[in-house]
Amino acid sequence: MLRDHNHPLAIIYGTVISPWIIPGLVAGFLAYGMIRGVRVYEVFVEGAKEGFYVAVKIIPYLVAILVAVGMFRASGALEAMVGMLGPVTGKIGLPAEALPMALLRPLSGSGAYGVLASIINDPAVGPDSYIGYLVSTFQGSTETTFYVLAVYFGAVQVRRVRHTMAAALTADLAGIMFAVLACTLLLA
Amino acid sequence: MNVIFFAIVMIAFLFAAVRQLLGGPQTGDTMPIEALSRSVVDSAAGAVELAIGLIGVMTLFLGLMKVAEKGGLLNVMSRLLRPVMVRLFPDVPADHPAMGAMILNMSANALGLGNAATPFGIRAMQELDKLNSEKGTATNAMALFLAINTSSITLLPTGVIALRASAGSGDPAGILPTTLFATLGSTLVAIAATKLYQRFSSPAPAVLTGTPAADPTTETAERTGAGGEHDLNQNSDPDSDQNPDHEYAHMLASASAGYPGWVSLLVLCCVITIIPWPSSTAP
Repeated sequence: MLRDHNHPLAIIYGTVISPWIIPGLVAGFLAYGMIRGVRVYEVFVEGAKEGFYVAVKIIPYLVAILVAVGMFRASGALEAMVGMLGPVTGKIGLPAEALPMALLRPLSGSGAYGVLASIINDPAVGPDSYIGYLVSTFQGSTETTFYVLAVYFGAVQVRRVRHTMAAALTADLAGIMFAVLACTLLLA
Repeated sequence: MNVIFFAIVMIAFLFAAVRQLLGGPQTGDTMPIEALSRSVVDSAAGAVELAIGLIGVMTLFLGLMKVAEKGGLLNVMSRLLRPVMVRLFPDVPADHPAMGAMILNMSANALGLGNAATPFGIRAMQELDKLNSEKGTATNAMALFLAINTSSITLLPTGVIALRASAGSGDPAGILPTTLFATLGSTLVAIAATKLYQRFSSPAPAVLTGTPAADPTTETAERTGAGGEHDLNQNSDPDSDQNPDHEYAHMLASASAGYPGWVSLLVLCCVITIIPWPSSTAP
């Protein structure tokens, strides 16, 4: 059952359980739907139709962010920043390459998704490296804090937010730290 | 976002321009400004390729999630969350519509159904505002609800898995354990931080207990929002029949039932076992 990973950062856990997750989800969800009397094929197709539009809808955001990030990278500015900040943040397991992602995530969901895409599609990094795991975890485990606060408080015209902002930012910081911790433990 | 976008582009442009004009370190025979020029075109084309590559996996996941949604997975999730939520929000009566909406919002978030989550969340805020004696000021319950919300409670980060799959990852779902670990950790910190900070924060507005008076702003918002709560409190809200949104009403009603606490605890333990602890991953 153990699959041989060629990647140096192969995870023992990943080789045993992870390969089961996607096929398991597909089979599990369909079986669940069948048991609950859902017409699985029709409903699947109905839901899947949205997939195309979702992907097309994000194109403008992706172009904007990927061009900006691509320019930043090509100009040599990213290298300079990594050189300056890397030694500092690297000590706590946060490579400078992952820093833009951590900073952008609370501000813009689509922006962070674009940065995530640019990082894991970079052949020098790739999705299965430490940085690849780290930025993927950032995206999955934190939320667009400022957007959520704006929409939800806006809906009830709350202006005095009291301790909400401080608590939300503490949680964001904790999310980044826990993501670093999880990736270091897993990929040590 | 405007400022960030502009700043990144300008920094890149100026950085390359300075390198070009000062004749700084030349890498090979490409000049800095040429490299920049090529990256603009390549990135734009690459972004579209990336989105096209995403369509397949995205479509698959959205189809599967729709099956789960139709099968009532949201209800199962909300029943699991209920015992926890009732304890977390002592200020909110367990049978108040705010509780149902908050539970549905978090269930939808946990399952990665972002589009379904937002209407429930707005609904929850409007209901919480009815318990608020001082409009315009956040209550403790609102602060906690939003802190948990911004800390994200994703159980299934489908978007990231899809992106990783299209980037050629050998193990797209491999981020599941790290994400669960980080998300549980940040949510616990969100709860702890809110409960801690609320002691030092300005005093909370008093909690209203009686039947809320009809508020013109919430009323209009209800019509556009995810209205319909007549299954739950027929008497206290006469406006609700103006918007008989049966699907939401039905879901809100079902969210008022909960599994016993031990079931939730059991499921939480199951989730935790998915996370590999260091001892099991030692090389």
